[in-house]
Amino acid sequence: MNQEKLSTETEIVVRMSGVSKRFPGVLANDQVDFDLRKGEVHALLGENGAGKSTLMNVLAGMYRADGGTITVHDQLVDFGSPREAIEAGIGMVHQHFMLVPSQSVTENILLGLDEPRFRMHLPQYNRKIEQMAEQYGLHVDPAARIWQLTVGEQQRVEILKMLYRGADVLIMDEPTAVLAPSEIDELFNTLRSMTAQGKSIVFISHKLHEVMDISDRVTVLQKGAVTSSGVPTADVTRADLARMMVGREVVFRIDKKDVEIGDVVLSVEGLKADNEKGLPALRGVDLNVHAGEIVGLAGVAGNGQSELSETLAGLREALDGKVMVHGEDVTNKSVKSGIRQGISLVPADRTLVGTAPNLSVTDNVIMKNYDQSPIGHGWMVNSTEAGNYATELKDDYDIMVPTIDTSVRLLSGGNLQKVILAREISSDPKLMIAVQPTRGLDVGAIEGVQKLLLEQRESGAAILLISEELEELLSLSDRIYVIYEGEIMGEVLDGDIDKIGQMMTGTRLEQIDTQGDA
Amino acid sequence: MDFILIILASGVATGTVLLYATVGEAFSERSGILNLGVEGMMLIGAMTAYKVSAATNNPWLGLLVAMFAAGAISQVHAFITITLQSDQVVSGLALNFLAIGISLVLGEGLTSLRDVVPSLPSFSIPVLVQIPILGRIFFTNQSVMVYLGFIFVPLAWYYINRTRPGLHLRAVGEYPAAADTLGIGVYSLRYFYVFVGGLLAGLGGATISLSISPGWFGALTTAGQGWIAIGLVIFAQWNPVRAAFGAYTFGALRRLVLDIQGPATLLGFANPFFYNPHNAFFLKMIPFAFTIVVLVIGSREANRKRIGTPSALGLPYIRGQRGL
Repeated sequence: MNQEKLSTETEIVVRMSGVSKRFPGVLANDQVDFDLRKGEVHALLGENGAGKSTLMNVLAGMYRADGGTITVHDQLVDFGSPREAIEAGIGMVHQHFMLVPSQSVTENILLGLDEPRFRMHLPQYNRKIEQMAEQYGLHVDPAARIWQLTVGEQQRVEILKMLYRGADVLIMDEPTAVLAPSEIDELFNTLRSMTAQGKSIVFISHKLHEVMDISDRVTVLQKGAVTSSGVPTADVTRADLARMMVGREVVFRIDKKDVEIGDVVLSVEGLKADNEKGLPALRGVDLNVHAGEIVGLAGVAGNGQSELSETLAGLREALDGKVMVHGEDVTNKSVKSGIRQGISLVPADRTLVGTAPNLSVTDNVIMKNYDQSPIGHGWMVNSTEAGNYATELKDDYDIMVPTIDTSVRLLSGGNLQKVILAREISSDPKLMIAVQPTRGLDVGAIEGVQKLLLEQRESGAAILLISEELEELLSLSDRIYVIYEGEIMGEVLDGDIDKIGQMMTGTRLEQIDTQGDA
Repeated sequence: MDFILIILASGVATGTVLLYATVGEAFSERSGILNLGVEGMMLIGAMTAYKVSAATNNPWLGLLVAMFAAGAISQVHAFITITLQSDQVVSGLALNFLAIGISLVLGEGLTSLRDVVPSLPSFSIPVLVQIPILGRIFFTNQSVMVYLGFIFVPLAWYYINRTRPGLHLRAVGEYPAAADTLGIGVYSLRYFYVFVGGLLAGLGGATISLSISPGWFGALTTAGQGWIAIGLVIFAQWNPVRAAFGAYTFGALRRLVLDIQGPATLLGFANPFFYNPHNAFFLKMIPFAFTIVVLVIGSREANRKRIGTPSALGLPYIRGQRGL
């Protein structure tokens, strides 16, 4: 892609050489070399904890490097704050958006600038920002308040914020992690239009297909060190990148055994529920899951997936309809009775719903069986037994943690998910509802989680897999339902991506079929 | 009719005290710092104003010193909550007791100085006084502090909503991490607005002792108005204009509670508050009970319109921590 653009004559905007950054106990960056040319998308690939964000935080002025040099436009620089970096034209769009929800788009963009001096002349600045948005194809209403915007729009505001400050180097930290597939396409178009206008982009990611898709060159980090520096993306394959990133061969094909499909475990009929704002989120959902199958639920974020998972687990009131587990009506039963029925939830929010962050690994894994023998003794908890149990799970599930008394908030995303899965799987669930189980995890951890889900399937559990990663749904599921605005648009057995895509944007399966016949 | 106008006019006067304290607390809370020490800071203001006026015979100097005294004591809270990152509720309550204690000790002997200490002037505004009804309520023989309040409220609103420092103030209270990455000094701004809150609470206290009900009556000088101000901030949704509306309404309510005890008959019936003074305790409770009602209504409305509490209110800002 764009071979002529990659010629060595292209101006180098940023050059980092031998950059090291040490945190207490960790060498986050070890003599890293990185350079960025004008008008290119340079992907920075690596697993979580490989030091990608650290390296870019050094460039963006959040951290100071312990060694090495950085030049921007051939000028030696040493940024002490993000402000100094932005003055040199380097802006970073963080994974967690730095936007004030109650303020308007324009107000957020003007925040911290020296101009206007005192009086805010908002209409005038609204126009200015509108023009800039137009220029780069970043459509967003400058007068809208941040909380009214979708995640994709908020990201555009972050980009605009940096462009408005005159950034010609944009660092995007895992920009696609929060986006729906259609929003990702839009973002990529924007990135291309920005590089065409001479901006340079660093694209931090651990998703191989995105890196292959958008980048001109790629640098791979593994455990803080460069394993491949600035190779043209066109010259490498996905498998090459994966090897450089993980340090070993990664199998992309998932080994899915044939499992005999059993009885219906979960059947949902006409389920209705409201969201937090009291607006209808589920408008009559029908679906069923059999023992020994993984059923995927595809859909763009915010179409009722989280409400569905909560209603099934008993965390949200069902207003109408029926939820049956093994032929027994569990609609609006307590969470505890759901647990006794063998319902298990792996929630999307690992830190606030899935675990109690300040409690130890032990406390977190016994949350479902603290009242059962041998851990529970009447109203007492046998801490020795609890400890033994936790140690056992730690070994079985390979949870990397110094001791079982460590608070789980100190765990990485992958280990945290292992704690949750260990707890849920050891409760021997009949029905497992897994919401975004691999979101934000690195390749190794994703493999592990997917393997655990497949093992559950083989042992005869019914699994409802709710995910926004289409690729994951396609590789794991036996069937896929598509949800749109709280309704099931249809069911796909053969993993037909075109059909799923159409249903995700609100076309019913019957409509697609009739179009096909016509 | 006359009775109502008198109550409304003195409601505006009494409400001015609440107005300054409420807007001051709104500034502090907008920056993310809840300061429950308003009552104590007001008392410091009232005492200092009275004492300095007595010593120098200059009420304006008293007013100025009172503001800075309350502002200074507010910095104790700022240090504990911003630098030491301690719990804002506990620190605010502690500040309250500390400030009340200091005022009572230093205010010893001031009560007897009544009628010796000069007060701030009261006057009517020419031309405006002739407006029917409104002239009587707002512009007839009011304290200079009342008129300053009229000017202060729109200025405060404009500052918060339409200026660059106001934008920074709101950002620091809503999402300090975002403000920090853009080079705004979160800590220094919070210190500053806690100080502003102290200045205005002191101004409110000085307004009592130098103008609205001149004199020093120990803890009864403020009589719980600092707590009402904290409630009013929520009703006001951190907006100075709504704060003014709430403050004047509460002022009128307080006045009504006092005046209703006067006449022997009320609407043709024997006045229960006149014949049995114990019933007056019930009356005195009404403003506080009303505060609760107003809080409930105010927060429901705020929830609906999504313009509620500054998101970072009550939370210390620690750089490098995810989220807030």
